[in-house]
Amino acid sequence: MVPLSHVLALSVTLFVIGAAGFVFRKSIITVFMCIELMLNAVNLAFIGFSRYLGNLDGQLFVFFVIVVAAAEAAVGLAIIIAVYRNRNTLNIEDLDSMKM
Amino acid sequence: MEILLILMLLPPLIGTAMNGILGRRFSQAVVSLVGCGAPGLSMVFALLSAWTYSRSAGQPAPFIHRYFTWIESGNLHVDYALYYDRLTLVMTVTVTVVAFLIHLYSRGYMEHEGGYYRFFTYLNLFLFMMLTLVTAANYPLMFVGWEGVGLCSYLLIGFYFRKKSASDAGKKAFIVTRLGDAGFTVGVALLFWTFGSLNFQQTFANIAPLQVGEMQGVLTAIGILFFLGAVGKSAQIPLYIWLPDAMEGPTPVSALIHAATMVTAGVYLVARSNPVFSHAPQALEVVGVVGCVTAFYAATIALTQNDLKRMLAYSTISQLGYMFIGCGVGVFAAGIFHLMTHAFFKSLLFLASGSVMHALGGELDMRKMGGLRHKMKTTFLTFFIATLAISGVPGLSGFFSKDEILAGAYEGPLGQPWLYWLATLTAGLTAFYMFRGLFLTFFGASRMAPEVERHVHESGSKMTVPLLVLALFSIVAGDVSWPKAFGGSEAFDRYLEPVFKPSEDFLQAYAHRAGPALSSGSLMLFALIFAAVGILVAYWFYLKSTRLPARLAERFPRLYDILIHKYYVDEFYNWLVVKPLRVGSEKILWQRVDVEAIDGVMVNGTGETVVEVGGILRRIQSGNIRSYASWVLLGATLWLVYILWPR
Repeated sequence: MVPLSHVLALSVTLFVIGAAGFVFRKSIITVFMCIELMLNAVNLAFIGFSRYLGNLDGQLFVFFVIVVAAAEAAVGLAIIIAVYRNRNTLNIEDLDSMKM
Repeated sequence: MEILLILMLLPPLIGTAMNGILGRRFSQAVVSLVGCGAPGLSMVFALLSAWTYSRSAGQPAPFIHRYFTWIESGNLHVDYALYYDRLTLVMTVTVTVVAFLIHLYSRGYMEHEGGYYRFFTYLNLFLFMMLTLVTAANYPLMFVGWEGVGLCSYLLIGFYFRKKSASDAGKKAFIVTRLGDAGFTVGVALLFWTFGSLNFQQTFANIAPLQVGEMQGVLTAIGILFFLGAVGKSAQIPLYIWLPDAMEGPTPVSALIHAATMVTAGVYLVARSNPVFSHAPQALEVVGVVGCVTAFYAATIALTQNDLKRMLAYSTISQLGYMFIGCGVGVFAAGIFHLMTHAFFKSLLFLASGSVMHALGGELDMRKMGGLRHKMKTTFLTFFIATLAISGVPGLSGFFSKDEILAGAYEGPLGQPWLYWLATLTAGLTAFYMFRGLFLTFFGASRMAPEVERHVHESGSKMTVPLLVLALFSIVAGDVSWPKAFGGSEAFDRYLEPVFKPSEDFLQAYAHRAGPALSSGSLMLFALIFAAVGILVAYWFYLKSTRLPARLAERFPRLYDILIHKYYVDEFYNWLVVKPLRVGSEKILWQRVDVEAIDGVMVNGTGETVVEVGGILRRIQSGNIRSYASWVLLGATLWLVYILWPR
């Protein structure tokens, strides 16, 4: 039996890696994958608590997250392809036309 | 009766509305028809109501009618109510007759001036307000009329609003009289606070049973505050300075408002409030002394004035002083009598001088006139009659009324010899300066510029007919009250006895007799001697040896300087009030408070603060998603630290 603290430690580690990657990496694909990583870190925490508390609410939420993540992946990848076709770059630092 | 009174009041108001709203589209004929028809109707109804009142059963008692409730608030109850007694009768008849004649005259005078309809609009509004003032049955309603005439005075003085001096004079009149009005307002409030009522009937009924000396303090305060209002309105020391400047207005305005009617409102206020004043003898003495000093003081200024209208303005101030002497020594009827006769002869003087001005193309400097009596016969004749009347030549109206005041100043309940002597001396000065004006304008050789002289012509009948009618009144108005010394019965005073007698009797309690008793005949004789001397000196100075006045002026340069500069009072007020106010406004209120504090710190400061703070905050809005994410992360971390911090 894996104790809850181990699961949470892994979850936090994954989340911090995801967050750091989101903030510091330049490639938009990597940033995108980091978002997935953070989502799955949260999923892991949900599962851990679900097991620990002995009910299925957490696992139910995980399904929601997976569904949303799938939709997000589909839309996000489509946007990335569109961006690349228009701007010919995937460097996130160049994509700052919203800046004043 | 109540309908007659309303019919008397309404025509000028309707005339104002018609000319004010539609006058621009009317032809001049229609404007004059409306503008003169309204006061004409008013006069007819004033005479009708006088007749009806005189024949009514309860006659000496005032007729009071409440039309509707005006203000109802707590224990303050003010009606729109009119009050008609013998004093009102005298006032309404005088006002409407003079006003009607002046409206007629204005048709001719204003013919070639711009704003013809505007002029009649204001003049009609003035008449309405003046009638409201004299018929009101309570102080608030009287105050409406009081302020209304002030407003019209302002509008009409500044009638030639493109001329800076005229619009300044209008403002000066408005602001200076406002000082007095503040006193009047406080007086009314004090009266309400003391007696809980503001209508004449109830207030006077509350005062009547008071014993000698009872509540004297508060009544004296009320009296003095009322008199402060009167001082502003009737141009007495120290608030007289607006009246000479008010001559910037068209001459009919000077005649109607600043000679015959509005400026006498203060006298009317004192006379109407006679029950208050009878219980406040100190206040009444203030009235008398201020009146007397003003009469003398203004007369001395008038001695050296070269501007015809300004001389008449100072003469008006002086004559108003006489009226206040009459009221102040406790012979109110004499004051009102002089008010009435003065309304006729002084408006006549103004209208005649307007006729001169008209003929000379606006020239008012008497040094540039002379010898007009052959060219303007009617004007000369009427001016001459009015001059005789104001100088107190026996047989004309001014003699009777002035004589009554002089007699009252000696023998009246509060009369004092020095009041009499100063007033009599003033009568001499009056005769002198009036004849000086007459001689300079109409006699002697012409001093006019040649191109002006060619244009001199007698004014048309539109102007001369009112002059002749007023001249007739100036002669006969005094005959309503022959003095006792001439075997008469002073009928006018007796007629007003129901209004004034109780107060005059009451004042006997305070009477202080001093000096040797002089018979009324000898009192009159002194006045006559002074007037005769004044006339002779004027004759000698300005017709016989015309170089003498200039030599006198050289001989006493200081005195002449003081007189021609009107005792430097305008300069003194400038230094005392206007300049500190101006400097304070400019240096402190404008440059410091407005420019620096309000504009600098508050208005621009707000903007600048927002810009600066925004400048800092805009850096956060980089448009870079990852930097937003970093902020979210930082926030979340801080929040977590806060939650999980071990306590």
